Amino acid sequence: MKKSLSFMLMLVVAISLVLSACGQDKNNGNANTNTGGSTNEGTKVESDGTGKDFKIGMATDVGGVNDKSFNQSAWEALKYITASTGAETKFLESKGEADMEPNLNNFVKEGYDLTWGIGFLFTDAIKKVAEENPEAKLAVIDAEVAAPNVTSVTFAEHEGSYLVGVVAGLMTESDKIGFVGGMEIPVITRFEKGFAAGVAAVNPDAKVTVTYSGAFDKPDQGKSIAATMYDDGVDIIFHASGGTGNGVFNEATERKKNGAKVWVIGVDKDQSLEFGDEVTLTSMMKGVEAAVTKVSKDLIDGKWEGGKTQVLGLKDNAVGLPETSTKNVPADVLAKVEEYKNKIISGEITVPTE
Amino acid sequence: MNQSGAVVQLKGITKRFPGLVANDSINFELKKGEIHALLGENGAGKSTLMNILFGLYQPDEGEIWINGQKTVIDGASKAIDLGIGMVHQHFKLVQPFTVAENIVLGNEPKKGMTVDYKLANQKVKSISERYGLKVDPQMRIQDITVGMQQRVEILKTLYRGAEIVIFDEPTAVLTVQEIEELLTIIRNLAAEGKSIIIITHKLKEVMALSDTVTVIRRGKVISTVKTSETNERQLAELMVGRDVNFKVEKTKRQAGEVVLSVDNLRMKGDQSKMALDGTSFQVRAGEIFGIAGVDGNGQSELIYAITGMRKVQSGKVTLGGRDLTNATPRSVSTAGVGHIPEDRHKHGLVLDFSLSENMILNTYFKPEYGKSGFIDYKAMDELADKLVKEYDVRTSGIHTHARALSGGNQQKAIIAREINKDPDLIIAVQPTRGLDIGAIEFVHKRLVDARNEGKAVLLVSFELDELYALSDRIAVMYEGKLVGEVDADERNDEQLGLLMAGNTGSADNGGRE
Amino acid sequence: MDTLKKIFNTSLIVPVVSILLGLIIGAIAMFAGGYNPLVAYQSLFERVIGSPYHMGETIRAITPLIFTGLAVAFAFRTGLFNIGVEGQFIMGMTGATLVGVLLDLPWYIHGPLAIVVGALFGGLWAGLVGYLKAKRGVNEVISSIMLNWTALYLANYIVAKFLLEPGQQKSKPVHESALMSIDWLVELMDKARMHWGTFVAIACVVIFYILLWRTKQGYELRAVGHNPDAALYAGMNVNSTIVKSMFFSGIFAGLGGVFEVLGVFGNQTIMAASPGYGFDGIAVALLGGNTPIGVLLGAILFGGLSYGSGGMSFGAGVPSEIVRIVIGSVIFFVAAHGIVKFIIKPFMAKKKKEAA
Repeated sequence: MKKSLSFMLMLVVAISLVLSACGQDKNNGNANTNTGGSTNEGTKVESDGTGKDFKIGMATDVGGVNDKSFNQSAWEALKYITASTGAETKFLESKGEADMEPNLNNFVKEGYDLTWGIGFLFTDAIKKVAEENPEAKLAVIDAEVAAPNVTSVTFAEHEGSYLVGVVAGLMTESDKIGFVGGMEIPVITRFEKGFAAGVAAVNPDAKVTVTYSGAFDKPDQGKSIAATMYDDGVDIIFHASGGTGNGVFNEATERKKNGAKVWVIGVDKDQSLEFGDEVTLTSMMKGVEAAVTKVSKDLIDGKWEGGKTQVLGLKDNAVGLPETSTKNVPADVLAKVEEYKNKIISGEITVPTE
Repeated sequence: MNQSGAVVQLKGITKRFPGLVANDSINFELKKGEIHALLGENGAGKSTLMNILFGLYQPDEGEIWINGQKTVIDGASKAIDLGIGMVHQHFKLVQPFTVAENIVLGNEPKKGMTVDYKLANQKVKSISERYGLKVDPQMRIQDITVGMQQRVEILKTLYRGAEIVIFDEPTAVLTVQEIEELLTIIRNLAAEGKSIIIITHKLKEVMALSDTVTVIRRGKVISTVKTSETNERQLAELMVGRDVNFKVEKTKRQAGEVVLSVDNLRMKGDQSKMALDGTSFQVRAGEIFGIAGVDGNGQSELIYAITGMRKVQSGKVTLGGRDLTNATPRSVSTAGVGHIPEDRHKHGLVLDFSLSENMILNTYFKPEYGKSGFIDYKAMDELADKLVKEYDVRTSGIHTHARALSGGNQQKAIIAREINKDPDLIIAVQPTRGLDIGAIEFVHKRLVDARNEGKAVLLVSFELDELYALSDRIAVMYEGKLVGEVDADERNDEQLGLLMAGNTGSADNGGRE
Repeated sequence: MDTLKKIFNTSLIVPVVSILLGLIIGAIAMFAGGYNPLVAYQSLFERVIGSPYHMGETIRAITPLIFTGLAVAFAFRTGLFNIGVEGQFIMGMTGATLVGVLLDLPWYIHGPLAIVVGALFGGLWAGLVGYLKAKRGVNEVISSIMLNWTALYLANYIVAKFLLEPGQQKSKPVHESALMSIDWLVELMDKARMHWGTFVAIACVVIFYILLWRTKQGYELRAVGHNPDAALYAGMNVNSTIVKSMFFSGIFAGLGGVFEVLGVFGNQTIMAASPGYGFDGIAVALLGGNTPIGVLLGAILFGGLSYGSGGMSFGAGVPSEIVRIVIGSVIFFVAAHGIVKFIIKPFMAKKKKEAA
């Protein structure tokens, strides 16, 4: 027994020795690492070399880096940073909530200059790591963390939602409009209230039906909610429900094929690219990529400010409609949108959040 | 073929298992076309030797010669290549497959990438006709009788081209008719030039079938003799190592108080039929009450009813005046009933427990085996040591899994446990099924001893020899009730046979209804 | 002491060779993907034992797997396949959160009470499965899978309805008095989240052994597991044993959840999907051959690999898909030790011959 145990230990030691010895002079082309030296296909940005001495890391939430949503957008941003400044960037995926803290710590303890936590699930982890490592710099998307070494980035979703509300209010023929939310949490209520305010501003007769599915990952529920709404005469649905919204798009596509005139307004990114122009009226885009780029660039340029929450809204071009909207939204409506956008930026209109 | 005409020669085979030498420099020779019986008690080392020949075990010492060539058989597939086939005691068949599919399994005739079932069926048919082994190739294994399944096993070996066929206890699972048919089949095989080894502990079969007998005892070859030059008695002595009593010594004695009283029991069966349909009888202290009958006439259900393992719809069970109708198995056991169950693997033992753990299977909760919820392993082991000695349970140790024991020793362990509980009533169901002579003699003696000590014994058996040898009174069970009682002192197979067939008319109404 | 010997007697050579084979196959996969396996494995080991923080976090990752592995193994010993450990884990979390958030008690009552309530939540949730099986003959696999979902949504409902931190998707923080972190150890391990759950888990390994192999209750549980017919013959109450077995199994699972709340997070989030420790527990129990020591070792392997896999991404840039292939092949070879035995048999035989 004792003999075999020591044999096993010996093996382990032997393996690790061999591995470390062989591993030393090997060059590695890291998939989750961007270095200034490596070429990034598709990006034709000239590196100015300003970020050569900077290392920026990001921890994804459970969606992973290929989630076609904000994790991916954030990583796109860091890729751009590497291409344009030569900074080294890297990501770690969190398999569960328990992974988030060690993933952040991994970057912090490796001496990274900035560590991103992507998504509101990082709230606690960012706070804890920031407090334990006051010299480290951290940033978080979609959450507010009060610590002197953390930059929080949130979005004025209500402002963007107001604008798609304007589109919906002007384009509805039945004067019935639907809103499908994921969970009834503050960030989603902002979508709802802004949207309703936008509709009311241009079409006081229109009625907005609101349903929360209770989950962000239940397309089947999204589909049945959409079916109920469309049956009820609703012709435009705005969803802020993540994966649940895929069901809304599905239902709309089926009805469109049967000749019904129904629309969906997408969320977070330009969803017409995924679900097609036939059903996607427009989308309420959230500029995660822009936000991550901006804060990271600030760091490299020496303008990084900790302890602040940056609420990015219309004025920062961080929320709003995609350019593809011109396909389905008439120019006069878009002109109206532009008009309201200016009013919000100027402060003439204050969009309600709750 | 070498000069001696031997197809198999085993020279000085030794196989050791932890704590026991299963085969001790065994020499064995099988000639072409002969039927060679390998006789020995359970656990003598017969099966080990044959598993070595079939490549399932590797010998620690010794040589194997096949057809005059020295060989190493390092697996069953090698053995099959050498023309050795084995029909195991526990069949290795795929239940949902058809007969033909099972036979060709592993060596299927192919048509391109797929199995050519038509050809398979044809092949199976032709082999089965050649050796007189009637089977329907299209039937599924799960739908055919045990006897038929055994034929499939035999056909499997023949299909693979076996010239040497080993049968491991082939009659243990068969009915009387099936045994007769099997013996014929084996004779046919030998006549066709196959060489046969049959592992058995049944003397009658050895005498009826074999040309040569090799007797093995405790891992050693005791003797190899020509069957025509010996007799049952001599073989039994060689096998057991001492004089064997075929008849149990039993003095006539007066029965005492009523211990068990069963009154008009009724229990629903698996189908709509009543499994027990008004069964009544009494068993007195100091007597063995035998219940005869064809299997499936409610004997098992009767025992389940008495021991509380299944509920009855009506009727009454009393033990020493105490009402035990539909009592739990534990309260029946603690009220003074020892139960040697029909199926020792299903009910009698937890095969993956050690022998020691099995010894307290229905007494573990008692304070002598540990207080405050913990098991006193020392007390348990002491009990096991004591019982193993007293009842001569052959095992490599009390911590051996019950599974590793031979059938006879498993049965001895159960009997030891049940009698040691010092019950007022001992229920023994088929207590000697699958046991060899030595073990049967032992079990019978223990049951008679218990009776002589004044215990009531309820014996259920399908073997008339056993019932007559042990019982003081014999009743016949038919379709859920006792249809008649016969005199146990005067053997009358014809009368008993009629009762067992449900023909109560000719019985002189001596039944206890 | 025979049983104790049995637990240890599986030769260590087979698991070691299994792990090595798995790593080799994983290396081939990484090599094919254009990544340097040696750097990756170096990073793996570094992440697991490279610094006090990572060592601590590895232990933190292993701890819940010990609990869920024991839970699966325990039920398995009684012949039950408890696939509902996930749900029982969640119920354990919920019980602990309820007590931890809603009550305000001195620490010497609060913590223990939260643990007991969480464990009971898990136990009763599993007991329900046992009851359905014993009384209604409902297959435990089906009912426990369904109860996994029920547990997830019930937990989310409870958190949202009674415990919600305003404006957040999680419960209010558990009171300090119920938290189970070990502060000095946290400091020692460079702020890794060390908690008493690890010690409770190890205690549970011992309890698992004592309960099953030393007590009369355990004797019954094992008898029913091996042979319910013989257990019935022996006068055991098979049905109540099934319920008890599930209950104990659920307690192990529940404790796992308890310490995730009290030791790691200090609150409970509204979960979009279950955390997955219960399912990993099935793998751990399998790896450990359903023995307590085996489960402990299996949890160490599984937890170490899955925590260390982050290192492979970090150090060698191996994408998570390929990391999963590596982990999968190690687990595969450890679980399929029959194959490994077959592979090393010739070598072992040779060795034996040389020795003889």
